[in-house]
Amino acid sequence: MHLLVVEDDRDTREFIRNGLVQAGHSVDTAANGRDGLFAATTQQFDLVVLDRMLPEVDGLTVLRTLRASGSRVPVLLLSALGEVDQRVAGLRAGADDYLVKPFAFSELEARIEALSRRTAPEGPTTVLKVGDLELDLMTRGVKRGETAIELQPREFRLLEYLMRHAGQVVTRTMLLEHVWDYHFDPQTNVIDVHVSRLRAKIDKGFEPPLLHTVRGAGYRLAIESGGDGA
Amino acid sequence: MAPEASRSLAARCGALLRTSTFQLTLFYTGLFSLSAALLAMFFYWSTIGLLVRETDATLKAEITGLAEQYIEHGLERLVQVIVHRIRNDQSGAMIYLFATRDNQPLAGNLLEWPRIEADVDGWVEFTHHRADGRDVPARARVYLLGDGLHLLVGRNIEQLRQLKQVFNRALLLGVGVIFVLATGGGLLMSNRMLKRVGAMTAATGDIIAGQLDRRLEIRGVGDEFDELASRVNIMLDRLQALLATVRHVSDNIAHDLRTPLTRLRNRIELAAREAPEALRDELEASVEDADQLLATFAALLRIARIESGSYDAEVEVLDLGTLINDANELYLGVAQDKQLSLQAEVHGQPLVRGDRNLLFQALTNLLDNAIKHSPAGAVVKVDVRTAGPDVVVEVRDAGPGIPLEERERVTQRFTRLDQSRSLPGSGLGLSLVKAVAELHKGSLGFSDNAPGLCASLRLPAA
Repeated sequence: MHLLVVEDDRDTREFIRNGLVQAGHSVDTAANGRDGLFAATTQQFDLVVLDRMLPEVDGLTVLRTLRASGSRVPVLLLSALGEVDQRVAGLRAGADDYLVKPFAFSELEARIEALSRRTAPEGPTTVLKVGDLELDLMTRGVKRGETAIELQPREFRLLEYLMRHAGQVVTRTMLLEHVWDYHFDPQTNVIDVHVSRLRAKIDKGFEPPLLHTVRGAGYRLAIESGGDGA
Repeated sequence: MAPEASRSLAARCGALLRTSTFQLTLFYTGLFSLSAALLAMFFYWSTIGLLVRETDATLKAEITGLAEQYIEHGLERLVQVIVHRIRNDQSGAMIYLFATRDNQPLAGNLLEWPRIEADVDGWVEFTHHRADGRDVPARARVYLLGDGLHLLVGRNIEQLRQLKQVFNRALLLGVGVIFVLATGGGLLMSNRMLKRVGAMTAATGDIIAGQLDRRLEIRGVGDEFDELASRVNIMLDRLQALLATVRHVSDNIAHDLRTPLTRLRNRIELAAREAPEALRDELEASVEDADQLLATFAALLRIARIESGSYDAEVEVLDLGTLINDANELYLGVAQDKQLSLQAEVHGQPLVRGDRNLLFQALTNLLDNAIKHSPAGAVVKVDVRTAGPDVVVEVRDAGPGIPLEERERVTQRFTRLDQSRSLPGSGLGLSLVKAVAELHKGSLGFSDNAPGLCASLRLPAA
């Protein structure tokens, strides 16, 4: 992927760049809002990582200008400002996702991956498939091979989200936000319990295992474990 | 008067009577009354007492003199002397009677022998029917002369009686006035004292209950209460400043350490990807440890932001029942893994105005707490209902509960009771619930579930 990182803090900018390059992306950077806006409007990027507080031109202004010019490039907004309450302002200005600084790199990476997939044309998909696991959005039925699997409504939504992001790392925060639709910090790893129950239903007695745990990051639904230590 | 009003009046009077001021007043009233009584006794003894003693002495001397006249000169002479005495008595107060054995008068101005028996000393008090028709009190002494003849010498004591009456009335009035003034004054003073001390007690009660910005009232009269109140207020200012400093420092530490800690965490995470298999496990475990720390810092900062009012909550009308059912669904698996039964009961449609995510966070923290402290096989009950102006959420567990004296403390940051030190947790869960409750103008309370704890989150109903 070709990414643009607009961030004024040199350490953070370099760190994001190095991490993303290491993960196999090509990365351009800008150190202020004006340069960032110029780069974003003159070149083609798969995704823009945009800091909210920038010198010259403020991040939200960059975002609004970009959207006003008709660009639909996915934008991930970074902010040192607050938490959930600040999110909404960012999303309203046209951001596709919002991440509060300081953040875990795996969280940034997972969200970038999720956003890039979002731009891929999904089409009128009614059946999601990963290996021999099938999820029918119309009939709400789930099958592994020829075996029908009974899922609770929440497990169905969880599996749907994982399958829509098949092959990608999905963090616990992302699951809470998209499957449970709450922005909060659980004190216990309640998500792990839900995932392991889902795993018991879709993986137990089947080969190969599809639902993998990625340590320090989250989960990935994929045919191959990809050396993630699951 | 309504029974409630009279009850409260009775309670107020009771409180008044128990004040140390009133008891002190009572003591002084007693002491003062006693000294007044002693003074009155002395006064009586030296005035009326003196008159009485003088009268008695006069009568005694007179009767002795008359008896001598009889013994030395005989009956005739005594009659002469008595007649002479009566004629010469200008005051008209003296009473004489010389009578035979069967009380036939031989001489004197008393018409008949008094019907009242004399006492052992020979004194008698009786009503004297005077010749002018007036009845006056009289005191007299009787003397047996031999041969059955007897003699009575007395005196009109009307004036003495009147004097006594005046004195008694004055004494009674004086004591009454002293008593009324002292008691009234005591009540007045006690009431004033009680009001001021009561105001102080109420204010300190509020402070103990957590209103740390509350202060004692200073009336500006410069009395000892003002002095005490101002001292206590200065003490509270210092205490609050200290608390704020401690909180500020911990919040700053959390804030300032977050960025470098995140950087450290991210470096380790990226290093782990390149690291040989043998090292990767350790590095990944380190990342998880760092994430735990960061979560604690995040919680601390969130509490600080909510408490300082800088959290820009998104307020909307919410059905708390939906939130509770969602929270229950989220924690059902965790509860089942611990062999706990998780039961939620939603009564009606409990609507509140609030921030959806914050309230969900508060509810899950309460649930988390209840599940964490309940033994296997127990039931965790969540109950929500609208009660008057409030929506009340009760989370009941079957854990060890919280001792009464610790209940105030558990909502303070990093408080972990001894019994839960072995359990995972940061000691911030309940602090956050309290902060969220207060942001919504609600409260968090605890009561005994016997066994276990009942945590009640009270929010104003929408």
